[in-house]
Amino acid sequence: MSGADGTAGRTAADGTAGRTRAAEETAGLAGAAGAAGDAAERAAERAREVVSRVVDPELPMLTLADLGVVRGVEADAAGAVTVSLTPTYSGCPALAEMRATVDARLREAGFADVRVRTVLDPPWTTDWITPAGRRALAEHGIAPPGPRPPGRGPVPLTLGPVRRAVPCPRCGSRATEEVARFSGTACRALRRCAECREPFEHLKEI
Amino acid sequence: MDDENAYQSLAAAGGDARWAFGTGFEDPLHGVDDAFPAGLDEAARADLATRCVTLGDDALVSAQRLAEWCTRAPELEVETALANIGLDLLGQARLLYSRAGRADGTGRGEDDFAYLRGPEEFRNVRLAELPNGDFAFSVARLLVLSSWRLGELAGLTSSPDPVLAAVAAKAVPELAYHREYAAGWAVRLGDGTEESRARMGRALGEVAPWLPELYAAAPAGREPVEEALALVASETGLAVPGAAPVPGSGRDGDHTGHLAPLLAELQSVARAHPGAVW
Repeated sequence: MSGADGTAGRTAADGTAGRTRAAEETAGLAGAAGAAGDAAERAAERAREVVSRVVDPELPMLTLADLGVVRGVEADAAGAVTVSLTPTYSGCPALAEMRATVDARLREAGFADVRVRTVLDPPWTTDWITPAGRRALAEHGIAPPGPRPPGRGPVPLTLGPVRRAVPCPRCGSRATEEVARFSGTACRALRRCAECREPFEHLKEI
Repeated sequence: MDDENAYQSLAAAGGDARWAFGTGFEDPLHGVDDAFPAGLDEAARADLATRCVTLGDDALVSAQRLAEWCTRAPELEVETALANIGLDLLGQARLLYSRAGRADGTGRGEDDFAYLRGPEEFRNVRLAELPNGDFAFSVARLLVLSSWRLGELAGLTSSPDPVLAAVAAKAVPELAYHREYAAGWAVRLGDGTEESRARMGRALGEVAPWLPELYAAAPAGREPVEEALALVASETGLAVPGAAPVPGSGRDGDHTGHLAPLLAELQSVARAHPGAVW
């Protein structure tokens, strides 16, 4: 969960700074700033723990952290939490569900002041899925995405019979073929294994 | 969730948990830092709003046509694919409309743009609004429009507006996938039976008169379109014939008679029950 790790030290960033200051003034004691910082860090730690357990509504074997959509969890000394999420696809209806679930779980855990932000940049790609997430997908019969083509710009259009070697998540055979470019959701394609004859889904590289 | 009655349990849920149906969705740019950079003056923000509306209109109208293939496509997998492509475009349209309402200072939301404007206020290119027709025509149109949009949005990833740049960066890989899907079908039909080949050839001819409108509206989209059509031609021998352009442009509010019925269907519930939430 690179986003959360990267922001671990920034507990009083942007909008939460005002609230932290207010908490310090209320304390009105020498060394209150340090104590507030510790309280903020403990709250952030606990909030991160709660958020890291929320699962994806479409791929419930993955937590939001595995999926790589949590870009940060911050808290201030008063316990106000700000979670930053990023959408997978522009039209993915699951983002609203994720936002609602994160909000609900944090409130259940005792956080009264919860804010869920949306971060669009840098855009999510399948490269954000963690190694643990990839293992969880494979264990549940969904072939994890391979590395995506380099570069953010438009790749030239190519047409070929077989461009992706996707091993079967059940038997490991590389003799698999694509059946449909889209499956139950926009993020998955449907494939078939020539060895074990089982159909399986592939989380496609994007 | 109550397994006995999914709708009932959805209705019982509050706020965002009701994402599965209805209106009154949260603003798609909810929680996004929506400040404008200091260098973007009023005139630049007006241009930005126009750009967002045109790109949003192209996407919304295309999404509606793609959704019309549900229950009518040649294969179940094609229905799923076209509906998913439409969903990507709908997602792009929602973000763009929200940004437009901020940039033009009116504070209009996505519903105002999608449901409360008449056909003369839409600025989509006319190719997007033409009826689906033959499956081959829908394939040819998807190939052209996704390549063209890809070219324009790739350029906009460096827009001075950080929100438009971010929306564009998200859209580029989606569009590349749509283009690849359409190209695959164009080759499959063009290189298939005598019948499918004849239909694919006819479809390319039907798309041709609308290309100049696209190139004038977004010159950056021209090269990707020509590249995609050249690739299909090299695989199948089917080239796009020259054709006289259709005068006018959807970007100026000129539309065919096909847009009004499309919008009438799209907007019927929102207009019959203004502001309804459930």
